[in-house]
Amino acid sequence: MRYESPATTKEACALLAKEKGSAFVLAGGTDLLVKMKAGMLEPDLVVDIKRIKGMREIRKSASGFVIGAATPNAALSENAALLKAWPGVVEAAQLIGSKQVQGRCTMAGNLCNASPAADSVPALVAAGAKVVVAGTKGKRKLAVEDVPAGVGRTVLKRGEIIEAIELPAKKAKSGDAYLRFIPRTEMDIAVVSCAVNLSIDGKGVITAARVALGAVAPTVLLVKEAAKALIGSKLDDAAKAKLAAAASAACRPIDDKRGTVEFRTDVAGVLARRAAEIAYARAGGK
Amino acid sequence: MPLDTSLVRKPFKVIGTRVRRPDGIDKVTGRAKYGADAFAPGQLVGLVLRSPHAHAKIRKIDTSKAEKLPGVKAIITSADLPDLTGGDRSMRDILENCMARSKALYDGHAVAAVAAVDMHTAKQALKLIKVDYQVLPHVTDVDEALKPNAPLLHDDIFTEGIEPKPTKPSNFIKIAEYGHGDVEAGFKEADVIIEKSYKTEQTHQGYIEPHACLANVSPDGTGELWVTTQGPFVYRNQCAALLGMDINKLRVTSSEIGGGFGGKTHVWGEPVALALSRKANRPVKLVMTRDEVFRATGPTSSSSIDIKIGVRKDGTITAAFAELRYQNGAFPFTWAEFGAMTCWACYDFKNVKSVSKDVVLNRPKCAAYRAPSAPIAAFAVESTMDLVAAAIGMDPVDLRIKNAAKEGTKSSYGPVYGPIGIGPTLEAAKNHPHMKAKLGKNQGRGMACGFWFNFGGQTCVDVNVTPDGSVTVAVGTVDVGGSRASLALAVAEELGVPYEQVRVIVADTSSLGHNDMTDGSRGTFSSSMAAVDATRKAIQTLRERAAKIWEIPVDEVEWMDGTARAVGEKHGNKAPLSVKDISAQAANTGGPIAGHSEIVADGAGVSFATHICDAEVDPETGRTSIKRYTVIQDAGKAMHPSYVEGQYQGGAAQGIGWALNEEYIYGKDGRLQNAGFLDYRIPVCSDLPMIDTQILEIPTPNHPSGVRGVGETSIVPPLGAIANAISNAAGVRLNHIPMSPPRVLKAIKAAKKK
Amino acid sequence: MSAVLVKTTINGDTVEYACQPDEPLLDVLRNRLGLTGAKEGCGTGDCGACSVIVDGRLVCSCLVLGAEMDGKTLETIEGMADGDKLHPLQQQFIDHAALQCGICTPGFLIAAKALLAKNPDPSEEEIRFGLAGNLCRCTGYDKIVRAVQAAAKEMRGA
Repeated sequence: MRYESPATTKEACALLAKEKGSAFVLAGGTDLLVKMKAGMLEPDLVVDIKRIKGMREIRKSASGFVIGAATPNAALSENAALLKAWPGVVEAAQLIGSKQVQGRCTMAGNLCNASPAADSVPALVAAGAKVVVAGTKGKRKLAVEDVPAGVGRTVLKRGEIIEAIELPAKKAKSGDAYLRFIPRTEMDIAVVSCAVNLSIDGKGVITAARVALGAVAPTVLLVKEAAKALIGSKLDDAAKAKLAAAASAACRPIDDKRGTVEFRTDVAGVLARRAAEIAYARAGGK
Repeated sequence: MPLDTSLVRKPFKVIGTRVRRPDGIDKVTGRAKYGADAFAPGQLVGLVLRSPHAHAKIRKIDTSKAEKLPGVKAIITSADLPDLTGGDRSMRDILENCMARSKALYDGHAVAAVAAVDMHTAKQALKLIKVDYQVLPHVTDVDEALKPNAPLLHDDIFTEGIEPKPTKPSNFIKIAEYGHGDVEAGFKEADVIIEKSYKTEQTHQGYIEPHACLANVSPDGTGELWVTTQGPFVYRNQCAALLGMDINKLRVTSSEIGGGFGGKTHVWGEPVALALSRKANRPVKLVMTRDEVFRATGPTSSSSIDIKIGVRKDGTITAAFAELRYQNGAFPFTWAEFGAMTCWACYDFKNVKSVSKDVVLNRPKCAAYRAPSAPIAAFAVESTMDLVAAAIGMDPVDLRIKNAAKEGTKSSYGPVYGPIGIGPTLEAAKNHPHMKAKLGKNQGRGMACGFWFNFGGQTCVDVNVTPDGSVTVAVGTVDVGGSRASLALAVAEELGVPYEQVRVIVADTSSLGHNDMTDGSRGTFSSSMAAVDATRKAIQTLRERAAKIWEIPVDEVEWMDGTARAVGEKHGNKAPLSVKDISAQAANTGGPIAGHSEIVADGAGVSFATHICDAEVDPETGRTSIKRYTVIQDAGKAMHPSYVEGQYQGGAAQGIGWALNEEYIYGKDGRLQNAGFLDYRIPVCSDLPMIDTQILEIPTPNHPSGVRGVGETSIVPPLGAIANAISNAAGVRLNHIPMSPPRVLKAIKAAKKK
Repeated sequence: MSAVLVKTTINGDTVEYACQPDEPLLDVLRNRLGLTGAKEGCGTGDCGACSVIVDGRLVCSCLVLGAEMDGKTLETIEGMADGDKLHPLQQQFIDHAALQCGICTPGFLIAAKALLAKNPDPSEEEIRFGLAGNLCRCTGYDKIVRAVQAAAKEMRGA
């Protein structure tokens, strides 16, 4: 194996594109090193992107936030503006692993690892986040939900890396929230998860909503029916029941060591309702 | 001087104080050396190749390609570990577990091992070893393994305890029976009979330090082994026997041990490392990965249990019956029998019976896990006791108090009890503020009792008085949780000197006589008994030397408060001689001053506990949180209360993990699916509340300070206590451990439908 | 594979080493530098026994490559005491009997140090969640939490 830590994105893409064997990007490494340890991966090349300028920065602009792909999740809550605008995203990102893992892991890595149970991904999808993909032939932007192609697979091509995640500016009277179910209080992989991002009008009526579910299908699901259940309501009991039913109906989970089909389906609805309540309160709804 | 173990009733000066442990600074600065922290010049890396199959015939192992890889120094298979066990079934099983012979019997079973110059080369070499397997049908469930047509693991197991002896081999190892009275008649006297069946899943001790050793064998047949173990002497004896070495030629040094809980009482990699070292003629370091620890060491049994209790309306239990089916993993032992012995031990029933059925199946060979087998049995019994209390409308604590065993009770497993603590722990629970505290929404309170025997066993201690009067103590029981401090307290108390004047070390196997394992809660009990005995012998010598110095008869010298005193008025002008005064003159009065003790520490007092637990259950997700937890346990005498509390808290925490989330999950292919700390979910810091403790001290009459073992009993009650709390919180009775959220939610949904 | 040369600062000292490009920092510390205070409990970031601080951030050294450390600043358990004076956390762990077997202790001390650097006056809940990445199988965490509370108080001069 070779270890490279290029100074520019261009160099990084060139290294990855040129490698004939297996090549991997190293940002936080909290998935990559585990897979290497288990013998699941034996890379020929690892490209560390942390020394590339801007990769570990969070920049705020009028259009929102640009988060460098190698920014450790621990840095997200240290940015007061980001935490205020997107508390659901920050909370989701900070549920990954331990404080130790937080010191290394990144949202871009979480996305590229392409696990259906990735914590930050439903929150990013609900928030309408985009990624900036750099390649040898230039850059392109993708919606976060369009990145995963299946379990452990993304749509990124050889020589492409995610350079940054873009979050839109926070709309007035909006709020987001993320909840996951785990058997313990920390250190587990989500058995099922849900993110809700919604906006309300002056009367507390929900005008826009995005609902995303994790760990209930091969990729994170953006559930339009669940959003529809919220829009036009003041999050009354009927809306909550409709939301929960829509969330459960969207689930296509599996039985595995972490949970059952029945459990995931039931709890998806519960989490959707509870996340919506938090998001609604954050938007200023009463 | 004969061994006198009788309780000395006197006020203690240093026993019971919370002194600083002698190994504390090394452990907080990173200097303490554990199993993987040793290095030897020229050492190689050892790695083990493991079977990916739950059950497979090994047709052929081809190591030729691996042998040719540069940097590979030795490769071994079962051919390098010939069977020298001479028909000793249990030793042959140990050998076969260390390295599979004709068959691989579980996912993770060792089939070959390699020693190479570095980790990279060793890993490459493992990939080059080709094993030709014929995959066989497997079985991983205890009830399935008992069925007549189940895949057969061994063709030489014929169920013990059945007359006439079966002619057909099976997975059913042994049936055993305990109890007294006539249960059938007893059930006829009952107003209410409760019958219930339970299942528990397999759990692992989950010590944070993986197994690790550094083996160094020379061509002259001598060897050294540095290893993390609960029993260096037992490891020495077993390794020497398996490798055909003279026992005296193998010197085993126990490292600091990073947790064991029973799991480091069996050899796995050690004979392999020694065989690799012998073949390579270089030191070999073998360290397990976490994955190997889960797949290939010794977890505790999974089980299936039936309980039947008959009771009269006044709370008198007229009869109790249990059948306990436990799996032992791939090799035979008697883990169910421990369950049968312990299950009714808290109670005084006229008619009581327990039947154990021990079973082999395709999982790793089970090892002891803290009060082995007892938590499983107690879960079933204590859950049913609550059902009985509810059926007759009696308070669960009162039901247990009414039926509790006491001094003079004939226990369900045979012996008649001396002074015991079950009644007092129950009374303490009844009066504990925790019992009266208000519960919140979705919360429930449960309680349960637990019992464990406590072992004694062979023990050997040296006490040496140094020239400046300070004292060194060499013990052979490994310190797993602060026993060096406790043993220094015992010696300081007996000698009458400050704690700081005594230093305890754990000796290697060439420096002391044989010591049994640190297991069965015996470490502090037996070694303090031997340490007191050795100290008394040293005191005898100190008196003799003082007599010599004073030129008076020794029977006119008495020992008091750490000094020799001349007795009687005629010696009234003699100033007392301290240990320091006497040892300073040792060279002129007969040489070094020491005391030795070699004993079988008999008569260990049994141990009881009662736990109280508040649980909150989320009715929509089935998730349980433990809100408050109290442990009440009899310690006999708490030598070092902080470490006694630590044992209570640690056992409770392990029990909570077992009750709620820990379990081995096997796939249909017979492979373990959660061999890591990510999905084998032991409690993390944020999962638990503070764990309150109440130490009761009902001295055992068979120990100079009244000490009982305290290490294990605390894991026995939690499973039942939490099941009872969940039942009271959510209105559902879980009969399957762990009570994980999917199981609890399913039960809640089923209850709603009714 | 050819080795990577790294120049880094460990506990205030400049250290140079060569390591394999795929070699975890934990292995470098333990096998090349003799710093065995960091322990491998899992090798997958689930137990925290290998905790170290890199450029002020708490990490598991099993999930970091040794090759990444060039120009970085590392703090390990071996550098926690100030000469012969123990760090308040170290002393409080001993005084509160917050260790039994002690294998997890270095990781807990490093994690607690990182926690108190960020939050000098944590609540019990903040301590418990702050230390959730460190597994202890002996103590039930009770005495560890109390030791951290006592050290925090001492360090605040309260």
